[in-house]
Amino acid sequence: MKVIRDLFRDYRFVVSFLVLTVLVGLVVLSAFSPYDPSRWLQTPKDLPPSQEHLLGTDSKGQDVFWQATFAVRNSLLIAIIAAGLSRVIALLIGLVAGYRGGGWDKFFMFITDSFLVMPLFLFIVLLAMLLKDRLSLVTLGLLLGVFGWAWDARVIRSQVLSLREREFTKTAVLSGTKTLSLVVKEYIPHVTPIVFTTLINNMSWVIGMEITLAILGLLNMDIPTLGVMLQWAISYQAMLLGYWWWYLTPTVLAVLLFVALYWLSVSISEYLDPRTRIQRVGMG
Amino acid sequence: MLKGGRLRFFRRYFLPRLAQYLLVTFIGINVAFFIPRLFPSDPVLETIGTIRSQGTYLDPATVDKFISDLRELYGLEGTIGEQYVDFWKRLFRGDFGISLFQFPEPVLSLIGKAIPWTVGLLLTSTFLSWLFGLVIGGIAGYYPNRLWVRALDAVSMLVRPLPYYIFAFILLIIFAYVVPWFPLGGGSSIGWRPELSFRFFADVIRHAFLPFISLTLLGTAAMYQMTKLVVQNINAEDFVQYAQLGGVKGRAIISKYVLRNAMLPLFTNLVLSLGQIFGGALITEIVFSYPGLGTLTYHAVVSGDYNLILGVTTISVVAVTTCIFLADLVYPLLDPRVRYR
Repeated sequence: MKVIRDLFRDYRFVVSFLVLTVLVGLVVLSAFSPYDPSRWLQTPKDLPPSQEHLLGTDSKGQDVFWQATFAVRNSLLIAIIAAGLSRVIALLIGLVAGYRGGGWDKFFMFITDSFLVMPLFLFIVLLAMLLKDRLSLVTLGLLLGVFGWAWDARVIRSQVLSLREREFTKTAVLSGTKTLSLVVKEYIPHVTPIVFTTLINNMSWVIGMEITLAILGLLNMDIPTLGVMLQWAISYQAMLLGYWWWYLTPTVLAVLLFVALYWLSVSISEYLDPRTRIQRVGMG
Repeated sequence: MLKGGRLRFFRRYFLPRLAQYLLVTFIGINVAFFIPRLFPSDPVLETIGTIRSQGTYLDPATVDKFISDLRELYGLEGTIGEQYVDFWKRLFRGDFGISLFQFPEPVLSLIGKAIPWTVGLLLTSTFLSWLFGLVIGGIAGYYPNRLWVRALDAVSMLVRPLPYYIFAFILLIIFAYVVPWFPLGGGSSIGWRPELSFRFFADVIRHAFLPFISLTLLGTAAMYQMTKLVVQNINAEDFVQYAQLGGVKGRAIISKYVLRNAMLPLFTNLVLSLGQIFGGALITEIVFSYPGLGTLTYHAVVSGDYNLILGVTTISVVAVTTCIFLADLVYPLLDPRVRYR
């Protein structure tokens, strides 16, 4: 309980906690939506916000508020799938490269560096173009997961490198502990904080990518996500027509989400270990 | 420097990096070649599908002719081995085929027209965000408790997490719709021919301003935070304390002792994030329909132009890895210690 109390002293943690609670509340609300998110003409078109339609309606005849609940849900779902998968890859590569060292380390770090320096955005666009019609929420999540691990694998590796030099590793090895159990029992608890904070940062990156792909028209436009909502608003010229409630809703939600995720990761990682801040800020 | 030293630098520093650079570039280009061929979807049939869905009637004989023409155009004739050899041959000739989106213009000339815009935007914004971030972050790290430092911290905490697309979009809403100070997009006013006049120059600057500002602000925020942290860490080191006690002036400590040491991790970081910065520039261009590689990518995606997107990807891989290689070669100038390692 002390941990929680300490964290709540940081205003950034409080703000991000509140914002994320509201957003999760929206996700829960999506289950009670009176409208089907994929069907058109459920409401009159282009109404400004009113009591009946809290955030107005759009040119497709959808209620913007309820559409937004689905958008937040789906964007978060993609982010969690992608960040989860890339954590597994980053953890595996980081642990193996860091602990085995030598040729393994060189090989894995070469792959990692190649991923780091490539213009990944174009590869992702190329893949999304080819997968286009098959790109569901899950496949998009997996696709982004395959690309988002490189930096974090490096961070985990450097942590393992320093753990390997510590006294307890030598004690464990000399007393006959098996490599696997040493890594699982001793190292994983040490790198868990990094995995967690990079998870949050990675979710941010995934949602940013999702929005970009949606704007390029590479996502299924029938499944609402934050990016898809914004893309509909842009393609119907919502800005020129002055339907601010339509284009501002996904924009404001996205900004809130990004800032909240970032502040959460900053406050947690500073709480866990003030010295790791450089690694955290190092995310390009 | 002695002749032996130069040779050692060449062997120990230059050659390994050259090898790595060539290998990474080779892998990147291969990935660009194999990705489209790994997937069952056939770009040729898709192109025909697009043409049909636009309502054009094609009789079967025309379709067959069209398919074989397109296969040739896309370099999809023969076995995958033959395609591979052909792909490299064409690459060395600089032949990326013909664009479908602006038929029959060669992909290379489209890219050639776009590159100056992207390079101009990227160079100025990266350089300036590095400069601003380094100077402001350096001073802020030295005086972390001043009021203006706290204000800047708050601003950078808000700006930093925003992805390129959202940040650029917000600037577009504010400065092109709400207060229409800047144009909605484009590289210069429609119908204007490039000319050497002040009027044209001012027009180009006015159009480049918003994309430039969004890239520079995001870059500066990242650089500011990083520099500040690095500087705060260096500040705790003995030699800085010693200089302070010895009466060296604050400004001299920052510029000569602290920043000089901070440059190294910051430079490494810049090099490693060049790929991301490049991607971000492409995304920002799309928001402002700025006529560089990003907008070209957008058109290629929307019109399903595989030759164009492959060309853009290949050239980008080569460009980004080359920049990183060159930056790696500059590194020993910043840090004399690595020279012989």
